[in-house]
Amino acid sequence: MQRHLVLRVTTKLLMPFILLFALYVQFHGDFGPGGGFQAGVIFGAGFILYALVYGIKNARLVAPDYVIRVLIAAGLLLYIGVGFAGLFLGGKFLDYNVLASDPVSGQHLGILLVELGVGVTVAATMITVFFAFAARGRDEG
Amino acid sequence: MDVLGLYNYWIVIVLMMTGFYVVISRGNLIKKVVGLNIFQTSVFILYISMGKIIGGTAPIVAPGVTVYSNPLPHVLILTAIVVGVATTALGLTLIVRIKEAFGTVEESEILQQRDDT
Amino acid sequence: MARQEGGRVIEILVDIVLLSFLAVMAVGILRLRNLFAVVMLSGIYSLISAGLFVTMDAVDVAFTEAAVGGGISTVLMLATLALTTDKEKEPLANLQIWPLLAVFITGAALIYGTLDMPSFGDPQAPIHLHVADRYVAEGPGATGVPNIVTAVLASYRSYDTMGELTVIFTAGIGVMLLLGAGSRRRKD
Repeated sequence: MQRHLVLRVTTKLLMPFILLFALYVQFHGDFGPGGGFQAGVIFGAGFILYALVYGIKNARLVAPDYVIRVLIAAGLLLYIGVGFAGLFLGGKFLDYNVLASDPVSGQHLGILLVELGVGVTVAATMITVFFAFAARGRDEG
Repeated sequence: MDVLGLYNYWIVIVLMMTGFYVVISRGNLIKKVVGLNIFQTSVFILYISMGKIIGGTAPIVAPGVTVYSNPLPHVLILTAIVVGVATTALGLTLIVRIKEAFGTVEESEILQQRDDT
Repeated sequence: MARQEGGRVIEILVDIVLLSFLAVMAVGILRLRNLFAVVMLSGIYSLISAGLFVTMDAVDVAFTEAAVGGGISTVLMLATLALTTDKEKEPLANLQIWPLLAVFITGAALIYGTLDMPSFGDPQAPIHLHVADRYVAEGPGATGVPNIVTAVLASYRSYDTMGELTVIFTAGIGVMLLLGAGSRRRKD
């Protein structure tokens, strides 16, 4: 892919918009279509596009393995952490009503955090899976 | 008989059976995974069809709208799709490892090699 | 009123055309032996089903299916083809009698089962009479989130979503163990 100038330039132009769109889908998911699952996949797709065009080595510089590995666990931990936060604040597990001063904003905060956890884990998993496949190809070839 | 009202379910069954046939009749492991994906998508369509209300709209609250399609199947399928791709990835990983170990992704050749040894 | 009726007819027409496309795609996938073409067709299949989800009001689902089916899973399949092979070996027989029999019997039983199903889009179907009303009526007020799908996903059914996320986490770890870190470290 080193010589495909059009692809390289377009990718560079598109990257910020893809990532921004993923963030929009993530945080606007409360009001329109979207949410953690979709945002995670789009975010992952952005990195996959970058890795396809610029090579897995450069993509690894942007998203090093140890960071991605930590993020896979961090998203799930954030989700479970929100659950335990509800428990410690006097509610039930995953009860968002107690997270803020009134139940509705507590619910809203809880949903936002949980969706963030989903988004982080999904994005990191998609990136890991693709990197694993791509790296295997390079090692064998 | 209510042909229009049941058309969705019938196509779902056709897709489901096509996927099923690919899985049980084809020896190529990658093709089997694609067959499983067809089957999986047919189940998604089944759920979403059941959630649809004619004349309803997408379940995002807006002023002036009273009829919404059922949001519950949407939630179930939304998560199922992403879980589906994660498990597909795991299946493809196993195929890559099988190819490395046996040098083939055809079921018959793998069984042949196992019998030979 | 007439305009609304016309809208419904078009809705059902689009639905039927897209479903027929899907059936054609599935048969194409079954018959083709070039796995590259099969993967491309399955990507198109996913995109068409995403379109179908939009006509059935499941915008969130359509969004996910388009991103996952058209994007990630096609790329993963292509990566697998690059690591294995893109030609399927000739099967023993093109139409195999026992699998065909099993498929037809199962299909006939399922079609018999659909005869009792509620008609497509019927507002009085049992599925709409249980909890859905409550989600639609109370959800946005109780959670402050107008998108009912998000409200149900992250709040009413958050245990469910936690389980799903754990499955994704486990699958990611599985792929990492099978393909990733170990073999690379040996090379270094």
